Amino acid sequence: MFDKTRTWATVAVACLAWACGGGGDAGAGGEAPAVEEAAEAAPIIDPATAGTIAGVIAFKGEAAAPQAIDMSEEPDCADGYGSEGPLTQSVVVNDGRLANVFVYVKEGLDLTFPAPPDPVLLNQENCRYHPHIVGLQVDQPLQISNSDPLLHNINTQPSLNRGFNISQPQAGMETTRDFGVPEVMIPVKCDVHGWMRAYIGVLDHPYFAVSAADGSFSMPKLPPGGYVVEAWHELYGVQTMDVVVGEGETVEVSFTYDAGMAENAEVPLGEPLVLGH
Amino acid sequence: MGLQTPWLIAVLAALLASRRCWLVMPALLVAGQAAAQDVERGEAIYRTWCQDCHGEDGKGDGPAADRMLPRPRDFVAARYQIRTTASGALPTDDDLMRVMGEGLPGTAMPGWPNLSDDEKRDVIAYIKSLSPFFERETPETLQRSVDPGGGPEAATAGREIFERLECDRCHGRLGRGDGSSAASLEDWRDLPIRATDLTEPWLFNGGMGADAIHTRFLTGLDGTPMPSNQDALEAGIVTEQDLWHLAHYVASLGPEREPDVEEVVRIERRETLPGGPDDEAWESVRAFYVPLIGQIVEAPRQFSPTVDGVWAQGVHNGSELALRIVWDDPSNSPDPEWQEWQDRIAATLYADEVEIPTDPLPDLLFLQFPSEVPEGRERPYFLMGDGRDPVYLWLWHSRRGAVEARAAGLGAAEALDSAGSGLAASAKWEAGQWRVVFRRPLATEEDGALGFAEGVPIPVAFFASDGSSGETGGRGAISSWYYVVLQPPTSRAAFVAPLIAMLVTGGLGMFAVRRAQRSVHSEGRG
Ligand code: HEC
Ligand code: HEC
Repeated sequence: MFDKTRTWATVAVACLAWACGGGGDAGAGGEAPAVEEAAEAAPIIDPATAGTIAGVIAFKGEAAAPQAIDMSEEPDCADGYGSEGPLTQSVVVNDGRLANVFVYVKEGLDLTFPAPPDPVLLNQENCRYHPHIVGLQVDQPLQISNSDPLLHNINTQPSLNRGFNISQPQAGMETTRDFGVPEVMIPVKCDVHGWMRAYIGVLDHPYFAVSAADGSFSMPKLPPGGYVVEAWHELYGVQTMDVVVGEGETVEVSFTYDAGMAENAEVPLGEPLVLGH
Repeated sequence: MGLQTPWLIAVLAALLASRRCWLVMPALLVAGQAAAQDVERGEAIYRTWCQDCHGEDGKGDGPAADRMLPRPRDFVAARYQIRTTASGALPTDDDLMRVMGEGLPGTAMPGWPNLSDDEKRDVIAYIKSLSPFFERETPETLQRSVDPGGGPEAATAGREIFERLECDRCHGRLGRGDGSSAASLEDWRDLPIRATDLTEPWLFNGGMGADAIHTRFLTGLDGTPMPSNQDALEAGIVTEQDLWHLAHYVASLGPEREPDVEEVVRIERRETLPGGPDDEAWESVRAFYVPLIGQIVEAPRQFSPTVDGVWAQGVHNGSELALRIVWDDPSNSPDPEWQEWQDRIAATLYADEVEIPTDPLPDLLFLQFPSEVPEGRERPYFLMGDGRDPVYLWLWHSRRGAVEARAAGLGAAEALDSAGSGLAASAKWEAGQWRVVFRRPLATEEDGALGFAEGVPIPVAFFASDGSSGETGGRGAISSWYYVVLQPPTSRAAFVAPLIAMLVTGGLGMFAVRRAQRSVHSEGRG
């Protein structure tokens, strides 16, 4: 269910952040604040004392096998895949390591980070999103592009930010949007191609990572301190861990998922309202 | 919450949500609170008129919500469809005033002529207060260009844009909601949603006409798969002119105004009867529109039926009758492409005593007639008659063709024993539309079958169901009684007189269905 109190609290916090110089709202396409932000100084992280949280996401047991996607309606896209054809990306396990886990610092930071000006890319190619999991900062530009010679619509469904749904009917089209409030995670879908899914994590700081094909991730340049780190997976849910980073230290952290977790996983995202009855 | 409350509201939603009925309802007065804030006055109005559908907390989960598709708006999530603002932006107060005035045609959301403008503003202030978003953002109306004008050339050019922007993916080649992605479409709550049938613009949520349609292209309908094309415009993939051409093309797909409903379907007399469902001769035969609404009288009820109306045409030659019935249904059931849709409908809609089946089902059309030409205005019970007064049926099945039958109540149809009266049917489904031609000799010897005589008004009622939405066994859409009248060869007087008599005594029942249907039909049209 929709946790109203929490939402309000989060929004209240977000509003504060906004009032203190955040600005910009996803969907409404506000561009203006970028100038002010550029003026805002980034917190200085002393490279001599900064540490790193790095590790791997392990997977135990039998992972749900990737499913074949029926792209027969879209031969232009289907042709882009080898003989095994297109497969779902929700669970990618290699040698006991889980890819596509969003790892981020959930608590423990009290610094304000301005939005980096460089856009983060979300590309649609062969009727799939690249990457499948996207991380970016509040107000950082998200550049959505279409590499397919056909219609995609980009339907984002956040609950704390405003969602938008736009068409990209042609190859080469690019659109830039941003999100004004931290939110983990925002589902993205294409209604023309029901199998297309991506997830966007929006944070008000740069300490996040997506586990690679070998399950590894790394969050460098962290000021020393105690943090709560969360790992998010679209099927297996979230796990958190307390981590203390000493001066100049690289802390090895590993999360372990197992197949059974899919059963009662809590997967926070755009929290679709569950209706009664 | 009382047990019957959901029923009451759902029935209200399905039947009474007509402008006419709201008008006669006593207006709500929140006198004595004049000093209070807008929001407080608005809340009082909300509690009285809105919360049964939109829910106590405004989350769109009132007691009757699960009978409706689309579901009532969630004012906390605040994803609004009918806006003049960018995709993802909030609606302006003017946008909300428009919705309060007109309602959302094609859904359960009625217009509110019983509320004064001030009352509407108050309730708008209240629903805005339910979402934190309105505190964070001030909506801005999108800049729009001026309509360069319509006409056949604009429409032709628009057709090319329709193809270029691939609107057919969802709406289908001819716009009837049967696109290749249509069966899998979901709203933001992951509930099944129909791609609007663009040939029925009187059921558009945001109103008909090129101007309203053009606005929808720019803004999209947030919370639904219908995307905004504003970015494509800004990227130069389409021009301002292209989008206006497209709007005129879409407007040209349907009538300029809501079709009139007449109580009598006139059957022309001609030398030769038109042939099959695609015979061009049908083009010159007048078509009568008959609106249908969900069957909500007996379980299993259907509050959100697929079929919202049929067009009836008829010709006879003195010895034989040909009737063509045309209606839009995006699936040719049983249709494997729509299995997914049927499963989702079964999981979504209120089941009402009988589970919504997920096995492959045909599309059905029933034409009901009395078993004998009635004296005066006596007619059988409109739900397939009863024990005292059974009906004579033409029962068409999308895979088996037509049979004659007899029924004494819903779900109690029995095929006539012998070959019947020689009823034959031919049917064609194409691009989201059924066209079924029935032929039968006028006279019959068959027991329980009805003979058709010229100049005599014969009651007829329609019932249609869509197998791919799990409609069977009483689930479906039904009309009230209409009349067919076969035009006699010579004497006009003999033809007109009974008609006039009938119309004078004429039932208002038709109007009730008609009016309710406009606001109620909620099968994702919108
Ligand atoms: C019979 C049920 C019902 C009642 C009563 C009702 N609504 Fe609605 N309303 C709906 C439904 C269903 C929708 C969503 C339709 C859709 O998604 O297309 C809706 C949508 C809306 C919207 C959203 C419009 C948009 O552009 O997205 C507003 C605003 C609204 N209703 C206001 C009200 C107010 C105010 C009242 C009371 C005065 C009210 N409604 C009473 C069923 C109802
Ligand atoms: C991804 C699927 C999809 C695509 C692509 C799409 N539509 Fe829609 N459209 C929908 C859905 C779903 C609705 C119904 C929304 C609802 O029920 O509120 C809709 C509604 C509409 C409406 C009715 C608006 C109203 O007031 O109710 C019009 C007109 C329309 N679309 C035209 C178009 C045109 C023209 C295009 C191409 C530029 C297009 N659509 C592309 C899915 C789509």
